Amino acid sequence: MELVKLNNICSQVRRDILRMVHANNSGHPGGSLGCVEYFVSLYFVILKTKSQFDMNAIDEDVFILSNGHISPVYYSVMARKGFFDLKELSTFRSIDSRLQGHPTPHEGLEGVRIASGSLGQGMSVAIGCAITKKLNNEKNIIYSLHGDGELQEGQNWEAIMYASANKVDNIIATIDYNKKQIDGSTDDVLPLGNLKSKFESFGWKVLEEENGNNIESVISVLSKAKTHLFKNIPIVILLHTEMGNGVDFMMGTHKWHGSAPNDEQLDLALNQNKETLGDY
Amino acid sequence: MEYIDTRSGFGDGLLELGRKNPDILALCADLTGSLKMDKFKSEFPDRFFQVGIAEANMMGIAAGMTIGGKIPFTGTFANFSTSRVYDQIRQSIAYSGKNVKICASHSGLTLGEDGATHQVLEDIGMMKMLPGMTVINTCDYNQTKLATIAIAEIFGPVYLRFGRPKVPNFTDPNLPFEIGKGIKFNDGSDVTIICTGHLVWEAVQAAKELHNKNISCDVINVHTIKPLDNQIILDSIKKTKCVVTAEEHMINGGLGDSVAQLCSKNFPVPIEMVGVNDTFGESGKPHELLTKYGLDAKNIVSSVERVISRK
Repeated sequence: MELVKLNNICSQVRRDILRMVHANNSGHPGGSLGCVEYFVSLYFVILKTKSQFDMNAIDEDVFILSNGHISPVYYSVMARKGFFDLKELSTFRSIDSRLQGHPTPHEGLEGVRIASGSLGQGMSVAIGCAITKKLNNEKNIIYSLHGDGELQEGQNWEAIMYASANKVDNIIATIDYNKKQIDGSTDDVLPLGNLKSKFESFGWKVLEEENGNNIESVISVLSKAKTHLFKNIPIVILLHTEMGNGVDFMMGTHKWHGSAPNDEQLDLALNQNKETLGDY
Repeated sequence: MEYIDTRSGFGDGLLELGRKNPDILALCADLTGSLKMDKFKSEFPDRFFQVGIAEANMMGIAAGMTIGGKIPFTGTFANFSTSRVYDQIRQSIAYSGKNVKICASHSGLTLGEDGATHQVLEDIGMMKMLPGMTVINTCDYNQTKLATIAIAEIFGPVYLRFGRPKVPNFTDPNLPFEIGKGIKFNDGSDVTIICTGHLVWEAVQAAKELHNKNISCDVINVHTIKPLDNQIILDSIKKTKCVVTAEEHMINGGLGDSVAQLCSKNFPVPIEMVGVNDTFGESGKPHELLTKYGLDAKNIVSSVERVISRK
């Protein structure tokens, strides 16, 4: 897909995120905005999926979202990709909606295979999924996304240790490395230390991308990661992103992690992101 | 009477399942021998996953493995199968509707000498509170083997609870194991005894003793605590007008609670509950612990006499 088209999708997805969070006055815009390029690259360029959703994902790639609070970007991109009706985005976080605050397959939403929200569980799930792919003799890939603050949860490190020890090499995990969490910067809350060295010492192949909000760079690092698959080593991308990216007053702060914009702020934010594909 | 541990029933059932169904996988958190999973491991090395001492990761991996149609069986002690990983089970397995079979050995007091750190007495309560979770507590080797095979036949998360000590193997190996169906071990008219797990044997002994005192008991083994076999319980209490429950678990949240709820809504009768009364366990021999904590035939007998006096 042409870059112009991809960037148009990104702009529209940012509008979706802002409007969804604003409509219900709740949700997590900051991390969602920061991960737009990752999701658009993944779903519109990288991920090999079938048009009809199938929970078992036989002969297709699988995406596991671990940091479920960035559901707005996940829902928007899945809807824009055609997993479910765009109009359903207007039900986000409302009563009787399939678009729960945090994603779940419990309400039957196409595209979601695991619940996430309570942090730190997705790496294990992705590894389990990757093992089944191998048992089924499938060459498809498991992609997963994790918050950087989420790595404070110990279960991740159980999973990271397991994956390298057991040569789970059909997985590309990505860390949304925005260095912020609810209470402030990760350095202030609980420093993550040198993530690259940590992953490497746990036996992973580490790729680092400084421009996580540049669509070309994200596609490039994901494509590069694919060249390292099936070499007995799990792969992780440290994707430097900016929380709140695309909205000037939401950038450079952790304050929009879980706060919705008011009417005025929404207008300002939407003015910075062009309506390219039509609002839902 | 042959004495054999229920966990061996799990190990043998798992092996049989493995031979029948290539989608069966087994995961263990450094307790392969204790869970009797060695035979499965040696016959199906590619379908056995040693995850190390990392139970949270084990539950997550199991949840992920179901995407693609596998049926993972996790194995560790009951405490590490439930309380240690409750949130992982809640979100990645139960709420996500995953077909994971959580198989738990060393449940209750009778794991013995290891003491209270390992003696989980709250697991039935925790697991039965999770929507969609089937909860089964087996009473002997035969029943555990049958249950292990049966749970692979239903889609959805299951908690299968069994134990460590060698106990009488008294149930009929040819009896079909029906999930959600109680089994009557004795017919009577004066009292209903509803029992599960290791206390089924104690209840059967109590019924014999009570027979000598001219008290006749309906003894119903409720191996499936959720979904509860309402029919067999209500049919019996409508006849006997009183009930004693017996389980190797905390009274709070256990089988007795479920039975009390059922009765109070449908047919209120006096109830006595044999179980652990809001206290932690301790080190000791299994039979010493059952006696000290009142989980033996003797206490079932006195509970029956007490409940009959309240009719």
